[in-house]
Amino acid sequence: MKAGGGHVNAAVESAVADAHRREWAFVLATTVRVTGDIDVAEECVQDAYARALATWPTTGIPVKPAAWLTTVARRRAIDVARRASTHGRALPLLVERVGSSMAEATGPPDVTDDRLRLIFTCCHPALATDAQVALTLRLVGGLSTAEVARAFLVRETTMAARITRAKKKIAAARIPYRVPPVEELPARTDAALNVVHLIYTTGHTAPVGVDLVRPDLVERALDLARMLRALLPGDAEVAGLLALVLLTDARSAGRLGDDGRLVLLADQDRSRWDDAAIREGAALVRGALQGRKPGRFALMAAIAAVHSQAPSWEATDWAEIVGLYDLLVRVWPSPVVALNRAVALGLAHGPAVGLAALDTLAVEPLLATYSYLAAARADFLRRLGRVDEAGAAYEEGLLLSENDVERAFLADRLAQVKS
Amino acid sequence: MAEYLVLIYEDEAAWESPGPGTVEEMMKGHQIFGERHASAIRGGNALLATSTATSLRRDAAGGFVVTDGPFAETKEALGGYYLIEAADLDEALALAKQVPAPFGGVEVRPIRVFD
Repeated sequence: MKAGGGHVNAAVESAVADAHRREWAFVLATTVRVTGDIDVAEECVQDAYARALATWPTTGIPVKPAAWLTTVARRRAIDVARRASTHGRALPLLVERVGSSMAEATGPPDVTDDRLRLIFTCCHPALATDAQVALTLRLVGGLSTAEVARAFLVRETTMAARITRAKKKIAAARIPYRVPPVEELPARTDAALNVVHLIYTTGHTAPVGVDLVRPDLVERALDLARMLRALLPGDAEVAGLLALVLLTDARSAGRLGDDGRLVLLADQDRSRWDDAAIREGAALVRGALQGRKPGRFALMAAIAAVHSQAPSWEATDWAEIVGLYDLLVRVWPSPVVALNRAVALGLAHGPAVGLAALDTLAVEPLLATYSYLAAARADFLRRLGRVDEAGAAYEEGLLLSENDVERAFLADRLAQVKS
Repeated sequence: MAEYLVLIYEDEAAWESPGPGTVEEMMKGHQIFGERHASAIRGGNALLATSTATSLRRDAAGGFVVTDGPFAETKEALGGYYLIEAADLDEALALAKQVPAPFGGVEVRPIRVFD
């Protein structure tokens, strides 16, 4: 492919890569409806992207790459379907059909619903959470199995088996490729939001390893949250999740010091935060809180918004944050939320109050191995001048944390209270 | 359409000393389920307790080892089943949610089709 010159091919490659990131879900979701088979659809879509790389250097980059890719993938899918029709597939995907798939393939595609169908199939509660996450990254996000495996630090063969097993269950147990009816929509949307949130938190603080942040996963989560927001614009929790991701990620430049060490929210240089993301997130929060009973993601985003808009740690409206945690603990009574609420109480009313609130959580088995509880206790003890107890708590946190950046931070604090 | 087996797993100990009215309520629940979904139900039975079960395993010599009791000892044991017909898993799960199982839950398994 010398003909077009190096810069043309570079432009094509970047256009294809861009279309891959932005349009994968659109192209695949539409093709699945033609093939009625996820694997076949994936092959057809991969084929379309390969053909784009091969033909765009001579034909030029189409004005609407997604439409071009969809047409090529759907045409290929129809070819495959014609050839396969004599054999008949044993386990076709349960695609809701208006007419026949052939008729649909030539008519205008119901694009919005197709992407939602794909998301709701990947995030079906009959699939294990890790399978939901893997399928969403692979089918909606367009990541390769190797990339998904790397993201979750498992071997590629393990991830391939997980994805294959999930696809088999979709076909064998007849998980339908459709948007759930209105009465099931809130619960099913929540499952999808959970998956995106899990991808985000895995990227935001990698549970194990040498890097604190995995920007690739953070970006995918943001893409997915934006996609859901575009597809379900009336859902306050969807707005809440997008706001939460935007507001938390807006602070990421301040989270790591120049030496790669973790910088606590209290000590961050707030001028490094992303103002545009904070404005966008805060506007979404205002909309998300307007419902009668704000949900988990809207409340988490509201808390993030208070932090993001505070001029400094000291000037943060801690009473407001405690109030939001009080609401959050009611809709999402998780030990981790209770822990964060206890920390906020301490910041609003002093370390002694915070420590007392934390100590009521010490019996919580889910927090027993959670490094943040030890770290938070250590911090309040240090501020109360109880340095020996603080040292012991930092040591406990060090034992429990598996993230190297986090461990370095705790080791620093331990050295401080010991000196 | 596809067929699914809805397996009812419950704590047998709880059924040994059910509270007053519990058995009647359960029977009534099954009767209502049966009437409401008669068109989807292909079959179903209640089983006697696992204390009446006999398990057979092949031994190395090619014969059988016969043991008293269920194949696997679990807190919640298989106590009955429905064979239902449904368009897809969502429909099957919606039906399964209405199967009475006050001391446990149900498992939904697609029936294998051999072509």
